[in-house]
Amino acid sequence: MSAEQVTTRRESAVTRSVSALDNFGYRLQRLPLHLVIIIICAIWIVPTLGMVINSFRSLQDMGVAGWWTTLFPPHGFTLESYKQVLAIEGVAPSILYSILITIPATVIQLSIATMGAYAFAWMKFPGRNLFFIVIVGLMVVPIQMTLIPVLQIFKALHLSGTIISVWLAHSGYGLPFEVFLLRNYLGGLPREIFESAEVDGAGHAVRFLRIAVPMTIPAIASLTIFVFLGIWNDLLVALTFLGVSAYRPFTVVITGLVTSFGGGWQFLTAAAVLQMALPLAVFIFLQRYFVRGITSGSVKG
Amino acid sequence: MDQIITAVVAVVGVPLVIFGYIIGGEQVIERLPGRLQGWARPYFWALPAVGFATIFMVYPMVRTAVISFRNSEDTDWVGFANYHYFFTFPDTLTALRNSVAWLIFYTFFAVFLGLVIAILVDRVRYESLAKIAIFLPVPISAVAASIIWKFMFDYQAPGTPQTGTLNAVLGIFHGDPVPWLLDEPVVNNGALIFVGIWTAVGFCMVIISASLKAISTEVLEAARIDGANEFQIVRLVITPLLWPTITVVGTTMLINALKTFDIVYVMTNGAYETDVIATRMFSQLQSAHYGRAAAVGVVLFIAIVPLLIVNIRRFQQQEEQR
Repeated sequence: MSAEQVTTRRESAVTRSVSALDNFGYRLQRLPLHLVIIIICAIWIVPTLGMVINSFRSLQDMGVAGWWTTLFPPHGFTLESYKQVLAIEGVAPSILYSILITIPATVIQLSIATMGAYAFAWMKFPGRNLFFIVIVGLMVVPIQMTLIPVLQIFKALHLSGTIISVWLAHSGYGLPFEVFLLRNYLGGLPREIFESAEVDGAGHAVRFLRIAVPMTIPAIASLTIFVFLGIWNDLLVALTFLGVSAYRPFTVVITGLVTSFGGGWQFLTAAAVLQMALPLAVFIFLQRYFVRGITSGSVKG
Repeated sequence: MDQIITAVVAVVGVPLVIFGYIIGGEQVIERLPGRLQGWARPYFWALPAVGFATIFMVYPMVRTAVISFRNSEDTDWVGFANYHYFFTFPDTLTALRNSVAWLIFYTFFAVFLGLVIAILVDRVRYESLAKIAIFLPVPISAVAASIIWKFMFDYQAPGTPQTGTLNAVLGIFHGDPVPWLLDEPVVNNGALIFVGIWTAVGFCMVIISASLKAISTEVLEAARIDGANEFQIVRLVITPLLWPTITVVGTTMLINALKTFDIVYVMTNGAYETDVIATRMFSQLQSAHYGRAAAVGVVLFIAIVPLLIVNIRRFQQQEEQR
């Protein structure tokens, strides 16, 4: 989105619909536009804002009045909900388990995907197109189609309920998309670089590790963020493979509390805020990579 | 503590293993005779990725298809009994109905609102700020989004103070509080689908907006000089030009709609007729009705096949253009 484009478009609109004198009329005419945008933005922000505010209120306050009453004195902000949530057995460790699941799973699948993508981008072999079409197809296969046999595989390998099992499952499910994306990126690198390296006697190992990987870092960075948050936010895979395990991650534990609490679930807002703090921080500080990771898959693919 | 050590070992170890695999494998391959070398190398490189995909996706898909024709204990063939159950049992039919509703309404509104918002914010100076607001729900997990919206939909008996935002707003206009997530299937499914839309619009908007910026200003300028008003420009110029992007985003949304699980599972767990195919499958899985669960998985897969074909076609077209 270039800034000039936006301005030229706006200026042309101005010259078109405004004779030099009635700037005010033009402003008035645009008022509905601003109103609509502001209302939509409010619908998209208020729910999250309301819950964050609620997480800093006492359970008692939440029971008798909505979050908006807190905007006026007496505010009555408190960290009670956070203390209460973290005191529940299993909540604090589940945050650790989420980290222990997410980081290795991300590293494993991206290492394997980068290597595979290199083969698909820069090597010719019989069946390459067929293999790759299968990979494109696998990108949309619902994981529900695979859950039962994968459960059985883990059982046979004595991995049921271990953290290792979800690393492997996430890696398997994430690979098609990652190979697809990285192969497109790697395939777009200039051919001459690889050819001149080959002429200089560099084998595939050198070309991959010294040329392909360093040049793919921007794509890998975006993908890392995307994959990392996908696993951090995942519920279905964790619920299926760790639902009854001692290593339930944060999302599973929160969900368990929400469904089991019935009436007094309100203090779980604190848990939700803790759970979404990481994704929101990543989004705010690494916005460019984040959005690129999300768009690159669909715009090109 | 053990888990931490295992995780650290994995984070450091896996890239090292891959590194060793590449270096060691290349050492071996380079010693092979020329023709064999050219044949073996690509497969050696593709093996880990293809292997993972085969073990965790291709083989399980075939196996799920087989299981769907077997009984719960996987001891005998039952023909189409599991499918017959799926298409006749009232609860699964409800799930099927709801998934169709998700497919239609979630997809349409997510894409439509994404398009409208992208076009609207393109015309104001605070565009990037507005986009951040709309995009905010995207990085938030469905679990957190569900808790967020449980508060929005919170319902207290009429006459008591409404702590839920929506019912409080209704109260201002002297409307009766609505039990959003309780027993009215049109209301509760609508409410859940809306939460889905809320989390998805930002995604659609960002992608559509990227294509919108690529439309040359001359085209729009020409239309304006020809006397088209803004609505005509959007309808007759912008939308047709964005159509390829809209179909891409639409396909993604259709797939998301079919796979919907988290929001329904956390907010209602399928109560009051809000089940969808994916939550239905999960409850069959939990009650160890593997045959039935597998049949639900197969139905879900078959529903996605047309989209899968569309995706592959699009991929092949792009390959031809490379």
